[in-house]
Amino acid sequence: MTKVVLPELGEGIEKATVSYWYFKEGEKVNEKDDLVELTTDKATFNLPSPCSGMLSEIFFHEGDTVNVGEVLAIIEES
Amino acid sequence: MDFRVFNLGVVDFKKALQFQKEIFQEIKNNYFNSALVLCQHYPVITMGRQGSAENIRVSLGELKNRGIHLYEIERGGDVTYHGPGQLTVYPIFNLNYLKKDIHLFLRQLEGLIIDLLSDFGIKGLRHKGLTGVWIDKKKVASIGIAIRNWITFHGLSINIKKDDLDNFSLIKPCGMDIEMTSLETILGRNIEIRQIKEIFTHKFKNTFLIHR
Repeated sequence: MTKVVLPELGEGIEKATVSYWYFKEGEKVNEKDDLVELTTDKATFNLPSPCSGMLSEIFFHEGDTVNVGEVLAIIEES
Repeated sequence: MDFRVFNLGVVDFKKALQFQKEIFQEIKNNYFNSALVLCQHYPVITMGRQGSAENIRVSLGELKNRGIHLYEIERGGDVTYHGPGQLTVYPIFNLNYLKKDIHLFLRQLEGLIIDLLSDFGIKGLRHKGLTGVWIDKKKVASIGIAIRNWITFHGLSINIKKDDLDNFSLIKPCGMDIEMTSLETILGRNIEIRQIKEIFTHKFKNTFLIHR
């Protein structure tokens, strides 16, 4: 089980908003695939999947705000 | 740092986006480090990820009649207009070679535009929480970027010519009731976009490339 965590995005940036999930819960993902897109200020950015496996649970959905360090989703490694 | 400048002239938005993505891929593959794509667009409205259809003041039919395309794209921000008379700049930049700090990059782009305006004796301002560059209460430059694997694309546009501002009335720029202005409007004289391209490129190199 691998946690997908919102990493540091720069000085003073504490949170970001989920703007797009590239996959749904239950779908297979490959390592380095674009997993989720988030937005801060006037910038969107991606989080690549940290491993290959099944996206088992999404904790923050499109429009939700996530703090740096929080777990966005769980991937069950294959 | 291996840095390249691409001058596309006046170009269709979609073609320029395709070009950006090709350059992005080359930078991702480490063929070179970073690039600056400079262009003007034929009239187009683009909608970023925070965009809402309510911020377009006319019907899609009306846009079509005027020959203005609408594209939903992956950059940050709401709705904006591009047309000839604006300098649009796409910095495709590998932040892995600079600092991985999203807001710092946005503030550096603003700083660069403020510096450029000061060359013309104009005081450009930041308004807190409203990314872009302002002259008093009017907006002169808009910024909206996308970052993938810490490589940037999309970018910024600076209003240069005075007669290209009318089409902003078709939208609520950035989702707000704001008035746009341009360098020519403020200065009351002709400004060549070619000149702004040269100054911008020079300042961009000074901001991001020197001593690296």
